[in-house]
Amino acid sequence: MRRVSGVRLSGVTKKFDEGEDQVTAVDNVDLDVADHEFMVLLGPSGCGKSTLLRMVAGLEDPTSGEVFIGEQMVNDVAPKDRDIAMVFQSYALYPHKTVRANIEFPLKVRRVPKAERTAEAHRAAEALGLADHMRRKPGQLSGGQRQRVALARAIVRRPAVFLMDEPLSNLDAKLRGDTRTELVDLHRRLDSTFIYVTHDQVEAMTMASRVAVLNQGRLEQVGTPQEVYDHPASVFVAQFIGTPPMNLLPAGLLGGEGVRVGVRPEHLLPAADGAVTARVHQIEHLGHEVLVLAESETAGRLVSRLAPGPDVPVVGDSVRFEVRPADMHRFDATSGMRLP
Amino acid sequence: MAADAVHGARKAGRYALLAVVSVIVLFPIYAVLLQALKSGPDSFDHPRSLLPVDLTFDTIRSAWTIGKLDRLLLNSLLVAVAVTCGVILTSLLSAYAFAFLDFPLKKVVFAMFLATMLVPAEVTVLINYNTADSLGWVNTYQGLIVPSLASMFGVFLVRQVFLQVPGELREAAALDGLGHWRFLWSVATPLSRPTLGALGLFVFLGTWNAYLWPSQVITDEDHRTIQIGLEHLKTPNDISKLNLITGGLVVAAVPIFVMLVIFQRQLVRGLTAGAVKG
Repeated sequence: MRRVSGVRLSGVTKKFDEGEDQVTAVDNVDLDVADHEFMVLLGPSGCGKSTLLRMVAGLEDPTSGEVFIGEQMVNDVAPKDRDIAMVFQSYALYPHKTVRANIEFPLKVRRVPKAERTAEAHRAAEALGLADHMRRKPGQLSGGQRQRVALARAIVRRPAVFLMDEPLSNLDAKLRGDTRTELVDLHRRLDSTFIYVTHDQVEAMTMASRVAVLNQGRLEQVGTPQEVYDHPASVFVAQFIGTPPMNLLPAGLLGGEGVRVGVRPEHLLPAADGAVTARVHQIEHLGHEVLVLAESETAGRLVSRLAPGPDVPVVGDSVRFEVRPADMHRFDATSGMRLP
Repeated sequence: MAADAVHGARKAGRYALLAVVSVIVLFPIYAVLLQALKSGPDSFDHPRSLLPVDLTFDTIRSAWTIGKLDRLLLNSLLVAVAVTCGVILTSLLSAYAFAFLDFPLKKVVFAMFLATMLVPAEVTVLINYNTADSLGWVNTYQGLIVPSLASMFGVFLVRQVFLQVPGELREAAALDGLGHWRFLWSVATPLSRPTLGALGLFVFLGTWNAYLWPSQVITDEDHRTIQIGLEHLKTPNDISKLNLITGGLVVAAVPIFVMLVIFQRQLVRGLTAGAVKG
C-alpha cells in the first residue's frame, strides 16, 4: 500500500519579531506539492524558502495558515511524528558517533530491532557508496562523504517526504554536479516526495519536477523548469532564472506605453534591419556559444547569445539586433507582472 | 653556524630555567616525603638534613594505625566521589536548561547564578552550618556532601560547551525523535566529555582537599575526612612521633597524585577545549 505523501501549504505566513519590528519571512503562501514530486523552492537568500521548508519540517510554527502532509493537517504535530526526514546544509551529523551509528540512530530512537537496523543501515550505505567508511567518524570524512551520510540517515527512515536545505552548497563544483545527478536518481528510486531548497537556479532547473520561485516571502511562480523559463510570471522570475539573465528593455521600447519587453539572450539576434542598435564592448567565448555584451543608447546593457562562427561581431562593432514578436516577454511596467 | 649556536644557547637557557622552576616546585614535596620516611627522633635530630639516610616506613605505618587513616581515607573517598558525581549531574542538567531551553527570566536567573561565584565560600559557612544543623545533618555524610552538590563553576563550564553545539544538530535530533532527555544523554553529554572529565577532576581534588566546611560540620570521629583527621596526628609533646603528621600528609596525597597522573591529559584538554574552537 502506498502512502499519500503530498504536501500542501494553505495561506502560510511566518512573521518573526526583530526587536520592536515584525519581519514577514513568508507571506501567505499557497503551494501544492504532489505525491512523489521533486519540488524545488528557489529564490535569493532571505526570500523565505528555508523558513517555508522548516515549517513543513515542524522546526518553525506558522504564524497563520495550515500545513498538510498527505491528508493530515500537521500544524500541531511534532517534527518527529511528521513522517519526514531532513538533510541540512551543515549535514548535522553526530560528531561522536561512527558513520554506522549515525545512519542507524533514527531507527534506534524508534526502537527498531538491532538486526533490522543494521540491515537497513547497510543497504543505505551500499546505495550511497559508504560501505567502506562505516567505522569512521564524521570528522574523518570529506565533505562529499558527510553529505552522503546525511542522506543515508534520511533514507533509512523511509520517510514520506524528504526535505533538503541547500544540501550541496558546501561541496565543490565538480562534486556538486555529480551529487545532483545522484539525487535525481535517488528520487527516482525512492517512493518519496522531495522538497529541496536552493538559491542556485542550475540546481533547480536540472533536478526539479516543478520549481517554486520565491521573492521576499511571496510565491512568484510555480511551474516546471521549462514553463518557468519560457513563461516567467514576473520580471523577478524572468531575471532570476537563466544565465545570463533575460534582457529587460526600458518601458515603452518595442512594447508600447506602460509595457516592458524582456528578451532572452538567445533570442536577441543580429539582423541588418534590427530595431535596436548597440555597440559591442565585450565578447565572451565559451566554446559552445559566444556571449556578446553590448551597450545601447536606447535599451541599455544587452546580452546576446550566439553560436560560434564567422558572423560573430568583434568589440567596437555597432550591431543592430532584432527580436521576433514571438520571443518577446511583455511585463507591466508598474507591477512587473507578465502581460498576456 | 652562528644561527645554530644562538639557537642552541637559547634552548639551553630555556631548559636551565625550567630546571630551576622544577626544583622550586618539587623541593617542598621532596622535603615532606623525606621527613615522612624518617623515624621520629631522626627527623628531630636532623631536622634540616636533606639526605636520604636511614629511611624507614615506620612513621607512615604508625600514622596509619594511630590516625586510623583507613577510615579517614574511606570517608574522603566516599564524599569526593559522591560530590563529583553530583556536581557533574547538576551541572549537566542546569547547563542544559540555560543553553537549550527557553523559560521566563532566563537571563536574570543565570546572572543570579553567576553572582554566587562572587561570594567567597567562607562567607556561607555560618549560614550553611545553621541549615545543616536545623536539618540534623551535623556529623552526617549528607552534611558533608549535599551542600557541595551544585557548582556554578561547573554549570558555567558545561553551558559554554553546550552553546557550541550547532543549532542544526539539535534540529536534526528533534527530527530523529530525540526529546530533551535523550538529546542530553546521547548527544550533548558525549560531546562535552573532555570538559566533564576536567570538571570531575577539579571537583574531586577540591573535595578531597576541603578543610573549612568538613571541619565545621564534622565533630565526631566516625565521619572525619582525611584532611580533618590529619590534625589529630599532631603530638607536640611526644618527640618520638613528631613527624607523624608528615607521614599522614604523604598518605593523604597519594590518591591525588595517582589521579593527576592518570587524568593529566584530560585536565589539560578540558581546560583548553573551551578556548580553541574545533
